[in-house]
Amino acid sequence: MSDSGREIEIEVLRYHPERDSEPHFETFRVPFAHDTSVLEGLQYIKDHLDGSLTFRWSCRMAICGSCGKMVNGEPKLSCHTFLRDYYPGKLRVEPLWHFPIVRDLVVDQTDFMEKLEAIKPYIVRDEEKPVSEGVYRQTPAQLARYQQFSQCINCLLCYAACPQYGLNSDFQGPGILALLHRYNSDSRDQGQARRMPIVNAEEGVWSCTLVGYCSEVCPKNVDPAAAVNRNKVNSTMDYFLRFLRPRGASS
Amino acid sequence: MQMIEADLAIVGGGGAGLRAAIAAAEADPGLRIVLVSKVVPMRSHTVAAEGGSAGVITEQDTLDLHFEDTVAGGDWLADQDAVDYFVRHCTEEMVQLEHWGCPWSRKPDGDTNVRNFGGMSTARTWFAADKTGFHMLHTLFQTSLKYSSIDRLDEYFAVDLLVEDGRCQGLVAIEIATGDFVLIDAKAVVMATGGAGRVFRQNTNAGTVTGDGIGMAYRHGVALRDMEFVQYHPTALPGSGILITEGCRGEGGYLVNKDGYRYLQDYNLGPVVSEPTPKTMELGPRDRLSQAFWHEERAGRTVDTPLGQAVHLELMHLGRAKLHERLPMIYELARTFLGIDPAESPIPVRPAVHYTMGGIATDARTATRLAGLYACGECSSVGIHGANRLGSNSLAELCVFGRVAGEAAARHARDAKTSDAAALSRQAEAVEGRALALLTREDGRDRLATLRDAMGDTMQEGIGIFRDTAGMQATCDKLAELEDRYRRVHLDDRTRSFNTEWLTAIELGFQLKVAGAIAWSALKREESRGAHKRLDQFGERDDENFLQHTLAFHQADAPPRLDYQPVNITRLPPAERRYGSATKKAASAAQGALP
Ligand SMILES: Cc1cc2nc3c(=O)[nH]c(=O)nc-3n(C[C@H](O)[C@H](O)[C@H](O)COP(=O)(O)OP(=O)(O)OC[C@H]3O[C@@H](n4cnc5c(N)ncnc54)[C@H](O)[C@@H]3O)c2cc1C
Ligand code: SF4
Ligand code: FES
Repeated sequence: MSDSGREIEIEVLRYHPERDSEPHFETFRVPFAHDTSVLEGLQYIKDHLDGSLTFRWSCRMAICGSCGKMVNGEPKLSCHTFLRDYYPGKLRVEPLWHFPIVRDLVVDQTDFMEKLEAIKPYIVRDEEKPVSEGVYRQTPAQLARYQQFSQCINCLLCYAACPQYGLNSDFQGPGILALLHRYNSDSRDQGQARRMPIVNAEEGVWSCTLVGYCSEVCPKNVDPAAAVNRNKVNSTMDYFLRFLRPRGASS
Repeated sequence: MQMIEADLAIVGGGGAGLRAAIAAAEADPGLRIVLVSKVVPMRSHTVAAEGGSAGVITEQDTLDLHFEDTVAGGDWLADQDAVDYFVRHCTEEMVQLEHWGCPWSRKPDGDTNVRNFGGMSTARTWFAADKTGFHMLHTLFQTSLKYSSIDRLDEYFAVDLLVEDGRCQGLVAIEIATGDFVLIDAKAVVMATGGAGRVFRQNTNAGTVTGDGIGMAYRHGVALRDMEFVQYHPTALPGSGILITEGCRGEGGYLVNKDGYRYLQDYNLGPVVSEPTPKTMELGPRDRLSQAFWHEERAGRTVDTPLGQAVHLELMHLGRAKLHERLPMIYELARTFLGIDPAESPIPVRPAVHYTMGGIATDARTATRLAGLYACGECSSVGIHGANRLGSNSLAELCVFGRVAGEAAARHARDAKTSDAAALSRQAEAVEGRALALLTREDGRDRLATLRDAMGDTMQEGIGIFRDTAGMQATCDKLAELEDRYRRVHLDDRTRSFNTEWLTAIELGFQLKVAGAIAWSALKREESRGAHKRLDQFGERDDENFLQHTLAFHQADAPPRLDYQPVNITRLPPAERRYGSATKKAASAAQGALP
């Protein structure tokens, strides 16, 4: 390849819980070609220079959501970001912001997982339809109402981008609110009422200050900011509805 | 060592493991279920599946047709009782996923839609755009959160099974974040750890697909069946091996060589058609398409790319709107990874290893010969794929047999007795000692990556799309050498917390065992069938001697012991596989022969 022989400098954040009291940076020189991703750059370091460099990855095709890192201060999927775009400058790779560091580039995602579990991210029905009766009808238009919000790969980039989450990790955050909106907007679902307390709570939509950076960094065009906003409307409606109807009355 | 008590342990949080967990939780809400996975479940490799999942649904389709396509597609090496069960249960599983929220692509009237797929005689592949596996996995994972009896151990790495009194009674795992060992005491274990595609250098698989569960069961004396059958997918990106789904061809894409010629017409897959036509041209089965590429490359008719030889996949004539609606992920992958707009330029593609047809031998209901151990999904050989898997049968398999495994293991767990806890602890400590030895070795020589790459290269050379005796023997010899060098592998990282180098070394141990089973099974199958094609004197299918499953049994410090097992044939006797115009000729000949 014509561009073989080029090398780029990668500065990586290192932290080992068994021996470091604080993180530091270490620099490596990595050869690359036109299609070498940041992830492949890190793999090169691990394979050839320092086997102890630690990071998560799996699919290397931008769908499993494992490989998010900060690259020169921006949250990126490292398998989907290419070294060529930083050359001849250098590259600084850090773990995703706003999460505790486990080791090197690996962050603790427990908080996100707990939030995910709490929002009932599944179809809730008053009565289940037996499988023998076939599928629910859902027109392409009904599908389109939630399809975009079902594309979330849980990569956490939007959390690393969200200043509110950085200040207070009680905030549900963009990805979770997008997922919640996905189920609330699904014509098959009847669980909205049970999810609204999460939306309405102080840590729900109302923490969002409309920065919009979450949607900018999302690699899957989920547009979590739009989900948050629509929920602000829903949340307002929910608030007023409480004054219109006695609690517990069904719609 | 920490001990976790459970009734049922499931190893693997991909489609198969999650379906098994939900089935077990529904079958018996009182069971304590532990789901162990080395990655958080939604990161599992199922997430990468693009094209779709099979299930008979249209009026012109029948269960018999799905049965015949599968058996013929597998070159008659599939067990027909298992295939029968499979085709009868695919559709209900697809409907079940729909009820759980899977965003299947729809027709204008709101009904679910299906598309054509290679080797299938009519449209029966359910799809969610070109992210079917992603949506299935997230649907299953999110649905599994409904069941409080499923206890997840995310980012726990299973190292070995515990076998006492002839029964599988749990496993030992490493908590990745800390490097601590845990003993999981369980009355039944379901293995759902996925395939082993990463033993080859160029493959479409995620980094996690390292055959761990296959290796674990094998070392405990469970047979590996039909390991020589490894599917090369005809359309992956050169270099990275990233998959370009068969759905592209299902939607009407063309494959052309460097002269712009649709070369498949020269390989008995014609006539040339402009619309996607079942079993014809680009919709022929994968083994035949990969083999055609091999011949084109030999004849110098492939395209030179910086990352190797390729042919062109043309989607331009489908138009940008259709590409956006039906193949958005492919559109996006081509743009970012290649800088190509598929609405304007062809995508360079070539074959890469894709799927492990063989696996842990089970009966037609997922039970292995080790009491208490069940297997489902790509790590298993339930017997439905034979010598060549049809695209979209495997996602369906995860659901159909994931459910069977979950229910069967739940039944077993209810009745099983437990053995002496002290004996299990002693075993677990021995497992821990062996795993830790990798960290303390002082005389390490080869870097891990050196051995891993050497394994990938020798597998690719010897166990390729076409094989011969000398090449396969050379691979067997090389693998023996690598196993020996593996004993002195060098690790840079001697610490415990989140030590991925250590885990990769344990994976390499499994991979070398599994690679050996693949290579020896291939060498000894002295015929050509499905994905196993030989260039030496064994170029033809030989039903007389090899209408049999290969069984490979592990032997310490020696090649596997090979045995053979008859194929279950109930109603479709072996015949020639026919694609392209031969399909119709055969069909009309058959009709003409009717009384
Ligand atoms: C790119 C691509 C596209 C595909 N497209 C299609 C398609 O369109 N249609 C189709 O039918 N099939 C398709 N397939 C095949 C299909 O996706 C796979 O066969 C299937 O997803 C495998 O699922 P599984 O649950 O068996 O394993 P996986 O999804 O691989 O899950 C394995 C699980 O086991 C866990 N695990 C493994 N080892 C350990 C260990 N040591 N300790 C703890 N946990 C462990 C992993 O963490 C993971 O959770 C495709 C495959 C690829 C590669
Ligand atoms: S919304 Fe986008 S950025 Fe946020 S987790 Fe989902 S895919 Fe990632
Ligand atoms: S490795 Fe899966 S998203 Fe990057």
